[in-house]
Amino acid sequence: MHNFDFVKPSSVADAVAAMSGEGAQALSGGQTLIPTMKQRLAAPAVLVSLTGISEMKGVCMGDGGLSIGGATTHATVAAEAAKYYPALAALAGQIGDPAVRNRGTIGGSLANNDPSACYPAAALGSGATIVTNMRRIAADDYFQGMFTTALEEGEIITEVVFPIPEKAAYAKFVQPASRFALTAAFVAKFKDGVRVAITGASNDGVFRWPEAEAALSGNFSGAAIEGLTVASDGMIADLHGTAAYRAHLVKVMTKRAVAAAH
Amino acid sequence: MPKDGGIGASTKRREDVRFLTGKGRYTDDINIRGQLYAHFVRSDVAHGRIKGIDTKAAEASPGVVKVFTATDFSALGGIPCGWQVTDRFGKVMQEPKHPVLADGKVRHVGDPVALIVAETLEQARDAAEAMSVDIEELPAVLDMKDAVKDGATKVHDDLTSNLCYDWGFVEENKGAVNEAFAKAAHTVSLELVNNRLVANPMEPRVAVGDYEDHSGMHTLYTTSQNPHVIRLLMGAFVLAIPESKLRVVAPDVGGGFGSKIYHYAEEAAVTMAAKVLKQPVKWTASRSEAFISDAQGRDHVTKIELALDKDHNFMAIRTDTYANMGAYLSTFAPSIPTWLHGTLMAGNYKTPLIYVNVKAVFTNTVPVDAYRGAGRPEATYQLERLIDKAARELGRDPVDLRRQNFIKPDQFPYQTPVAVVYDTGNYDATMDKLLEISDHAGFAKRADASKAKGKLRGFGIAHYIEACGIAPSNLVGQLGARAGLYESASVRVNATGSISVFTGSHSHGQGHETSFAQVVSEMIGIDASQIEIIHGDTSNSPMGMGTYGSRSLAVGGSAIVKATNKIINKAKKIAAHLLEAAEGDIELKDGKFSVAGTDKSVDWVGVTLAAYVPHNYPLAELEPGLEETAFYDPSNFTYPAGAYGCEVEVDPETGKVDIVAFSAADDFGNIVNPMIVSGQVHGGLAQGIGQALMENCAYDENGQLLSGSFMDYAMPRADDVPFYHVDHSCITPCTHNPLGVKGCGEAGAIGSPPAVVNAVIDALHRAGHTNITHIDMPLTPARVWAAMNA
Repeated sequence: MHNFDFVKPSSVADAVAAMSGEGAQALSGGQTLIPTMKQRLAAPAVLVSLTGISEMKGVCMGDGGLSIGGATTHATVAAEAAKYYPALAALAGQIGDPAVRNRGTIGGSLANNDPSACYPAAALGSGATIVTNMRRIAADDYFQGMFTTALEEGEIITEVVFPIPEKAAYAKFVQPASRFALTAAFVAKFKDGVRVAITGASNDGVFRWPEAEAALSGNFSGAAIEGLTVASDGMIADLHGTAAYRAHLVKVMTKRAVAAAH
Repeated sequence: MPKDGGIGASTKRREDVRFLTGKGRYTDDINIRGQLYAHFVRSDVAHGRIKGIDTKAAEASPGVVKVFTATDFSALGGIPCGWQVTDRFGKVMQEPKHPVLADGKVRHVGDPVALIVAETLEQARDAAEAMSVDIEELPAVLDMKDAVKDGATKVHDDLTSNLCYDWGFVEENKGAVNEAFAKAAHTVSLELVNNRLVANPMEPRVAVGDYEDHSGMHTLYTTSQNPHVIRLLMGAFVLAIPESKLRVVAPDVGGGFGSKIYHYAEEAAVTMAAKVLKQPVKWTASRSEAFISDAQGRDHVTKIELALDKDHNFMAIRTDTYANMGAYLSTFAPSIPTWLHGTLMAGNYKTPLIYVNVKAVFTNTVPVDAYRGAGRPEATYQLERLIDKAARELGRDPVDLRRQNFIKPDQFPYQTPVAVVYDTGNYDATMDKLLEISDHAGFAKRADASKAKGKLRGFGIAHYIEACGIAPSNLVGQLGARAGLYESASVRVNATGSISVFTGSHSHGQGHETSFAQVVSEMIGIDASQIEIIHGDTSNSPMGMGTYGSRSLAVGGSAIVKATNKIINKAKKIAAHLLEAAEGDIELKDGKFSVAGTDKSVDWVGVTLAAYVPHNYPLAELEPGLEETAFYDPSNFTYPAGAYGCEVEVDPETGKVDIVAFSAADDFGNIVNPMIVSGQVHGGLAQGIGQALMENCAYDENGQLLSGSFMDYAMPRADDVPFYHVDHSCITPCTHNPLGVKGCGEAGAIGSPPAVVNAVIDALHRAGHTNITHIDMPLTPARVWAAMNA
């Protein structure tokens, strides 16, 4: 790890100011960034810790839905979101291991947008709003491909607002080594329709599956998507599964999420 | 009532107190005043010619003391190989040079090119980034069958080809084996891959070199399973240091699984650097470095065939294996696919004719050597998979077909057609025990329950044999070993009766400090708390060979028994003098010497004190003191065997395999500590299940490691394995060592992979996938699904 300066502001405003410095990098739970720095694959000059900002932490119900501070850990979401949005809490409780869940944050995960991460599926599948120090971004506009988001330089996720669906579930098929999603589906049934978001499968990162959404909006059951097929073009192919396998799992995991939705 | 001490007691492991409370002293815990830090610059390509190394910028980098390259080692020897195999034409194997630092060429990703020594590790790593190494990349040699074709790119330019050896065993049987196949009523064949594995002990490798200028004494602290072997190899072959000036210490070591047997370049490099710089030099591997520099395991590509007569008796076995050596020959690499593999090809069966062919091949990959089981898992896997396939093709029950061909209890000692003589065993007994503890009879009912929830259930059986405590030394010498395979022990009885036992074995998770003390406690009859087991330091223990191949209790324990018997014999002489009785009348029981048939006695401490304060002592006939050393060289291997049963559920939608039950019925001979034995089996099973379902060390077409971290190399976790049902009540004691023990460390990793794969194939067949005859390990969900949807 290269040397760096470390600042820990206590307000979003101070964090934004610190982020304007040369070579500044926001640090949330550090579950991706710190290993990357230890491998010397990243060498930011200044780390701006977001974990000392109390206004960016916590879970609360508001008018627009469930609001989760950007620096809220997965463990906190798993515990505190359960009574409002059990599917989201269950997803948070399946991320990594206890050490990861006690450090990693929702803002950090969404800012990184790992193509196999869990939270992007929840945000896109719920139609969440990503709130930053500058603006509010709809999930549909936020995810722009593997490790790519709508965030601009220095922009910080302060809050994520999840509308609460009637029913939802996350079905995750784990990659056996990392236990990230090899392919996972987040399905959410709202009054006005169903959203299906898939993570782990595509080279373009998290995506919605419109055919399944249409079919499930008419009939919220696994049978409704039985006849659909998923093309393997653009799917991730690696040591753990071919593109065809992942395409197959998209449907299997979607069906399992539908069956588990409550 | 179960015993609470001595042989047979499940005494809790005394070493766990320090391990579990963070008080272990591992190599990385050793920090010496003035210590410098080493960082190795490693090749990032699999194969290339070194055009130039510019060390100037690195040398000018802050804190850097020196940058070493191959030229600094040119006057010294290379890393030696400890075993020379002779091929089937009588020619010795091709043995390439293995420089400490890459010289002229790099031959695998991770091959060390330079050593940077700096005041801090971060400074050394900064300097590495400043250094430029100009490498002209060459095509990577990866596929073994391509590698041995004419005109293939050579890993070593000065060898005639990439073929290390072409070994045939037993070569004289080849014609008869082929004849048997020509006449056979049935033949069955199977092609399979034994997947390459990374050992991944919890503690990465560490080496600290120290040098005392005034005396010329070198000390190497290292994560080793056999410090004496490292002293011999490094001192004699690499650095030309006499043993008297080289101390090697392997303190607490956090697991080895074979990967810490070998002498590695990093050990020699830091030892020499410490002398050159006259300062201690420490190197600690990162986990990433471990993936590209620790010797890896397995990696065989095999075709095996079985010939049977019309009654389904096994007539002959023929195998054809390509064994990956990697880029260089690691210490014992040549012996693994040959003497530890071919000799086990008879399994538990009375097959009269066997021919094993092994072609060992150099490739641009990390060197391959012994990993838990070493050769024996490869033999067991192919044989037990093949027998399952034969049973299916012949419409036979896999248990019955095995039983029909088992060597029967009255046939021991049993001479196999592959040189070894099994001293004892009872394979029907272990099979019976397995069927009982696994509730084999109840399987159909459980399969129905699985079916009702949409899962495919299967039951897989494997019966294994292994050879442990490889010996005797004169035989292994004829087979090409460049080392002896005895073990040593010194038993030092202290004046007030406590005992310090110095063993040449090394404990890195096996619990020797507990079980060896139980043996001595049983023999003398004093409490185990009075007995210390000391190991891991060449300066205080006699030359020993270390711990691998499940040898420590059978060979190291036997050496302790031998030395302890010498102690008892001398103590009886002292007691006879003290009791004014004939030596032959002295009996030792519960730590007390008494004269047979009388109430005259002297206790243990009375004798030990007399030995060191010899006021009333037969000085004319007997030396004072009570300290004895023994070396034990076994007359044969030991042959543990066992029946393993695996029950799986396969998810037909995803191909995911869940192991729902696993039972192991082992015959380890006599048991010193049943709890430790169970623990050893549990660990072996986890590693075997890991190989069968999860672990895969894979390279891409350029020789880059695809599974170079735990993000992609799937290690089994607690919830990937079931609660095991382990039984070791079937006992046929080893006939040729004093404890009657056989060894248990590797069994789990040997017997389980075929049991798991057999179970999955069984599940798929029961579900109608009768076209699937084999799936190569690891049986990942993706592979199982692909097989079901081919």
